[in-house]
Amino acid sequence: MRGDQHTKPALVELAGVTKVYGTGGAATHALRGIDLRIEEGDFVAVMGASGSGKSTCLNILGCLDTPTSGSYLFRGVEVGRLTRNQRALLRRHYFGFVFQGYNLLSRTSALENVELPLVYRGIPAMERRRLARRALAAVGLEQHEKHSPAELSGGEQQRVAIARALVTEPQVLLADEPTGNLDTARSVEIMELITSFNRDRGITVVMVTHETEMAAYADWVASFVDGRVESIARHDEVA
Amino acid sequence: MLYNAFRLALHEIRRNVMRSSLTILGVVIGVAAVITMVNIGSGATVQVTEQIASLGTNLLIVTPGQRMGMGQRAPAPAFDVDDAEAIAREVSSVAGVAPSSSRLVTAVFGNENWSTSVVGTDNRFLEVGNWSLEAGREFTESERRAGSAVCILGATVRRELFGNQDPLGSKIRLEKLACQVIGILQSKGQSTMGTDRDDLVLVPLRTFQRRLAGNQDVRLIQVSIDKGSSTEVAEEEIKRLMRKRRHISPAEDDDFSVMDLKEITRMLTGTTQVLTALLGAVAAVSLLVGGIGIMNIMLVSVTERTREIGTRLAIGALEREVLTQFLVEAVVLSSFGGVFGVLLALIASVVASKALRVPFVFNPGIAIVGFLFSVGVGVVFGYFPARKAARMDPIEALRHE
Ligand SMILES: Nc1ncnc2c1ncn2[C@@H]1O[C@H](COP(=O)(O)OP(=O)(O)OP(=O)(O)O)[C@@H](O)[C@H]1O
Ligand SMILES: [Mg+2]
Repeated sequence: MRGDQHTKPALVELAGVTKVYGTGGAATHALRGIDLRIEEGDFVAVMGASGSGKSTCLNILGCLDTPTSGSYLFRGVEVGRLTRNQRALLRRHYFGFVFQGYNLLSRTSALENVELPLVYRGIPAMERRRLARRALAAVGLEQHEKHSPAELSGGEQQRVAIARALVTEPQVLLADEPTGNLDTARSVEIMELITSFNRDRGITVVMVTHETEMAAYADWVASFVDGRVESIARHDEVA
Repeated sequence: MLYNAFRLALHEIRRNVMRSSLTILGVVIGVAAVITMVNIGSGATVQVTEQIASLGTNLLIVTPGQRMGMGQRAPAPAFDVDDAEAIAREVSSVAGVAPSSSRLVTAVFGNENWSTSVVGTDNRFLEVGNWSLEAGREFTESERRAGSAVCILGATVRRELFGNQDPLGSKIRLEKLACQVIGILQSKGQSTMGTDRDDLVLVPLRTFQRRLAGNQDVRLIQVSIDKGSSTEVAEEEIKRLMRKRRHISPAEDDDFSVMDLKEITRMLTGTTQVLTALLGAVAAVSLLVGGIGIMNIMLVSVTERTREIGTRLAIGALEREVLTQFLVEAVVLSSFGGVFGVLLALIASVVASKALRVPFVFNPGIAIVGFLFSVGVGVVFGYFPARKAARMDPIEALRHE
């Protein structure tokens, strides 16, 4: 297992992370003790049944959410101890998100959606526009930059979300089922794109997927069962 | 960052033109009301000042008796012509003195009759009171001395008795006195207190005393003071003189009073200013209501855009940035209200000043204050919704339906 090698400094280190939503009888144990170590440059696939805690884990990795207990070290920093604004700055400067529900701004053009993370990074308007156009072209949507999400198909919206996550060339790409709505040909294209970012620019990728073909692009696969990591294996070892 | 927030705000407002317009209506009305009230108030102040000026500046009015609160007077002997002449002779810096007495009399011409104030006086009344003749002539010296049956009509009396006819040379009846019309006064319009200043008939003082009053009394002495001289000094001199002439011992109070018109001006402008402030305050309340309207819509907008806020926070927006975005939106909204409010106030001030017959005054200072007020309303009432947006938990916001 990669987790035992300790040669490179760990980018992400989860130890005994739990997440409980609600209290008392209504409490949901989304995560029941996750130990996970991700090195810089890794391409990790996260698999598991619906409700097994994959998105919850991704939210915690992306500093959107904090663990109920346990420790999350990002580059050696305990994220749980950071303030809201410090976590916002981490998200802004280190992470790119592809949300399960895309979360594009409605009534806002594809181009402007892709520009959004650049706005918060303080990139000047001209440069923003150029980078956003390039990212849209990379996902094959150069013809749709003026369209708002309501005027795009589900798969097109998903690709806008991918462009938005990649436009900043983040250190870590967190993608929740980025190909869930795409046909096979498109899926392969997107996976090639993500792989090239991972391989050529050293971007760490954590990708939730239900499809073994997509998981095959990853270096290794973490399988979630009921809020726990049941197994960690190279993709070719996955049954 | 601020530029971006500004652009986003305009974008958001354009997206909901109808709602935005209705939202700012409260602020529009509030700002317009404040500015209009203050403009009308300033107009009224100008009017008061102008009217007092038209009475003649530096005018002192000497009357027998002392004021005892609301309009009451202690009984006191009247003046006579010699008192007036003594003032003219002995008080320094006197420009003119006009003794007069008056009574309400029904004036009759043909089938027309009109109840008016008949004033017995002389030509100095015209000079001291800034009156000029529209037609005819003043009293002659012989008419004054003889107490002839001649009269000069105020514009109102002329209109009521003669309509479009030329009254010069005609005879009107004032009780037992039939007198010939020799002149017509230029109209002065309404006074500050709303009384008609043109509702009078002038006759020589002696005529009035003999034929209408049956005594030698002078009930009112108007004294005009040279421009640039102190009315206070003249007032003191008149008081000293009258005390001597009326044999008032040092222990006694004056049994006459000297009023300074300037003082009355100050008093009246003071009153209109207080009134203006009061109306302005009432109008400011409507501005407050407008602000609550903005807060309400901003809260609705924040709730509607919960997912957007979640997305922004998730992508790395700081609390401060989300706060700024919504605050700027509220301020832009309310400033639009302010701008339209100022425009509406401009129109309303013109219309209202016409309707109330007050001079039109547009005070740019108050327009600016009104606009800044609308900006302030946006900041104050936009802050709470904006803070609500900024404090959202990104995960919960993203899960919001
Ligand atoms: N904010 C929340 N409040 C309450 N329960 C929650 C919340 N978020 C997640 N859960 C619960 O936590 C559990 C794990 O949810 P999670 O979204 O992580 O699952 P998942 O593995 O991503 O599933 P899927 O493959 O369907 O996306 C689920 O039972 C879910 O109902
Ligand atoms: Mg999920």
